Parts: sequence; C-alpha cells; structure tokens
Amino acid sequence: MTERRGEGLPWDPVVPAASFTALLRSRGLDPRWTVPAEGAALEAPEGTTVLAFRYADGVLMAGDRRATAGNVIAHRSLQKVFPADTLSAVAISGTAGIAIELIRLFQTELEHYEKLEGSRLSLEGKANHLAAMVRAQLPMAFQGLMVVPLFCGFDEDSGKGRLYSYDVVGGRYEETDFTSTGSGGPYAKAYLRGAFREGLTEDEALQVAVEALVAAAEEDSATGGPDLQRGIYPNVVVISAEGYRDISEQRVAAAARRAMGEAR
Amino acid sequence: MTVPFYVPPEQLMKDRAEYARKGIARGKSIAAVEYADGILLVAENPSGTLHKIGEIYDRIAFAGVGKYSEFETLRVAGIRHADLKGFSYARSDVTAKSLANAYSHALGQIFTQEVKPYEVGIMLAEIGDSTEENLLFKITYDGTLFAEDHLAAIGGQEEQLTASLKQSFRPEAPLAEAVQWAVAAFQAANSRPFEPNEWEAAVVDRTLGRRAFRRLTAGEMGGA
Repeated sequence: MTERRGEGLPWDPVVPAASFTALLRSRGLDPRWTVPAEGAALEAPEGTTVLAFRYADGVLMAGDRRATAGNVIAHRSLQKVFPADTLSAVAISGTAGIAIELIRLFQTELEHYEKLEGSRLSLEGKANHLAAMVRAQLPMAFQGLMVVPLFCGFDEDSGKGRLYSYDVVGGRYEETDFTSTGSGGPYAKAYLRGAFREGLTEDEALQVAVEALVAAAEEDSATGGPDLQRGIYPNVVVISAEGYRDISEQRVAAAARRAMGEAR
Repeated sequence: MTVPFYVPPEQLMKDRAEYARKGIARGKSIAAVEYADGILLVAENPSGTLHKIGEIYDRIAFAGVGKYSEFETLRVAGIRHADLKGFSYARSDVTAKSLANAYSHALGQIFTQEVKPYEVGIMLAEIGDSTEENLLFKITYDGTLFAEDHLAAIGGQEEQLTASLKQSFRPEAPLAEAVQWAVAAFQAANSRPFEPNEWEAAVVDRTLGRRAFRRLTAGEMGGA
C-alpha cells in the first residue's frame, strides 16, 4: 500500500497519538541498540555534570561543557542542555553520542505529537515518555553505555516549574527543589543544598548555578569549570511561563568570573 | 457469462472528476495571501476544534478543503513525511516542494486507482528568507500541482476569492491589511458579513523564529 501510493508519503492508517518512534520503526529507521558483549571495551566520550533547580519564575537548568573519554578530555565545548519544546528543557549525562541522539529523538517526538494532536503533551506526559526512552536503553547500559537525563519544565496546569531526575533503568523521580546528575553531580548537589532557597531571582539563580558547577569542577576532573582563557562558559537556560530561554553568554561569563573569583 | 460494459476512459475520468468537484464545492473555501513577513491563510470555519489549517514543519503550513477525514489523512501523512525527513537528514532539508510532489503523486494514484477519488483540495505555504523565496502550492483532487504567486484559493469559491484577492493585493503589506483583503474577499464571495469567531486563520511568519506557524485569534480577525 505504502509503496504503491507514492515515494516517501507515509500513508499508514492514522493512529491517534502514534509516536514518532513507532513511525521510525515502521519504516525500518528506528535506532537499533543491540551491541555485542565486548561493547564494554568501548571508551566513548561521556558528558558529566548537569543540574536543575526551581527559582522565582520557574526552573533553571545548567550544565558544564566537558566530555571525557577515560582520562582524555574528548571535547571542551559540548552542549548538554537542550530545549525539549517551548516549555521544557532536557539535560544529559552519560555517553554523549547516544544521549545527543536520544535528545534529538525526544525533541522530534514532542513536536510530532503537538502537530498531530494540536496540543502539547502535559509536562508529566513528557517526563514519562522520556523515562520510557531511557528504559529502552537498558541493554546498552549493561554494556557501559548509559544515558541519564534531567528533565524540567513549566507546568501549565499547576502554573509552576517542575523537575524530574532519572536513573539508568528509566526510573523517573520528581524532585521538589533541586537535582543534579553526572560524575560531578554529588558535588553540585551538595553545593545546591546549601545555596538553594525559595524565590531566587533570575540573576541570583544564575549565580548559584554557575557556582555549583564551579564547585563540581573543583572536585571532579571530568567536570569542566568555566574556561576564562578560551571563553567557554556553562550552558544556562531558564523556563518560565513565557517559555524556554537561553541565558546569554555575556551574563553567564560575568557570573562565571564572579564565581571563579570567589573560588580562588 | 456477463460481459462488463465498456466505459471509455475519458468518461470514467470525467465522472470521477465531477464526483470529486461536487464534494469539494459543498464545503467552505480557504484563501492564502502573502504579506510583508510571511503568508496568511484564512478559512471560513465556525468549528474551533476541527482545523482545516495546520502546521507541517518549521516554515510550512497546510490547508485542506473538502472531506475532513480525507484532508486530515493527508495532513498527518505530510507531518510524518516532514518529521521523518528532518530527523533522518537536517531540518533545512524539509521543503514544501518535495512534499507537494509527494502529495501530487499520492492524490494522482488515488484518483486513477481507488474506488472513489479523494474529495479534497489542499494547499502548502512555505516562507523563505525573503518574500521572493516564498512558495505557495495548490494540489487538486486528481493530483495536479500548481505553483502560485502571491495568493491562492481552494474550495468551491476558489475563483471568486482569487479574483477578489488579486484586486486588493499589493506586495509587502502589513499583516492587518492582508487580513482585511481576505475578509473582504470572503464577504464579497458570500454576500454577507462574518463574525470574528467564524474564521480560522493562521500565518507562517518569518519573524517568529524556527517554528514560524501561528494561529490568529478571533480578536485579530475581528479588528479587521
């Protein structure tokens, strides 16, 4: 049927809310995650510390820029924080190559659903879908290629920012105030535990986020601190009722200089 | 043994075309017209939930007239086509031209091979970086593909709407003015005024960023 009716027009019967992944599968284009047992010997670049916490207008999410492969710095300016759609963001830690592809698929899934249905998935719906995608990675995780994301967004129903952390088997946990993951995650979280308070303004939240990443970079060799020489700064984004927004590099740079000054 | 009646192919095609045309003429029409920052699509549609105009991809909008279930199937197939292509290659590789060709092919096949042709007319609007790069495609029930300049209309009142829009059109006009042209064209074709909530209107506008599609509110239509 599909072939006869025209090259490329995916004509299969309309199934409401059929996911983009199901469509990829039906066309034989879905990602295949079966790897041989010796896959564990791979040393693929890994991304490290990302964090998220609530502030006055919604949620803030930030990540360092380093990717490591064993002892090697594989990449100095990796982006680990991405918009998921207009009202949510997702950050990654773990095997970078797989995680970035997973995010691309997640973004397409959300947009695909929104266009087909004429309305966005609820924030919880998005969080659950991401959990299922992480769970589908489980065979890869056993080979040492794991992906652990963070997800946050502005919940239109409750009118506030919410954040979710995940584990390697696809467990999804809603966090109340702040969360962090990656190799430097525990250090960032310890910093946030002290620095977090209700109703941080955007500027204060930016400063706290950068300082938490600096704290993680101080303790964890796989986390890159702000690189003032090369001009490489953390990615910081905010999601409020107005939607997703990147914090400009100038503002992050200023916050990083302040944070580094204090760390010295 | 019974011998089937011979039906000349001309007659067969004529009958099918007439059937499709009649079905389309029963429904309401859609007009599209260019303005300074993009393309405006306006439909007469009192339903707030069953849309005739939709987003296909970053810079591409879809509009369909005729039988709802049929153009909805086409809309969904278009979104799948675009998302598959954008995911497999890059977002910039999704073009209205390739989509229009796929639609044209599919509708042509259905027209000649299926028991009943689709009673639909569809339109694709794609904005470019400048007004000269805008594309407006019209695909008819038999798969005939037209590339239109500046404005187009589909549905039973296609000719009246096109004629009326041609009279008022001027290049690089603001959105509010384009809305007025469209409203005037529909009022002239139907010889009656419209309430703001009788419209379904949307734009693909290059000032909106990556996803250029936006629906207009009743207020924006009523202000005209």
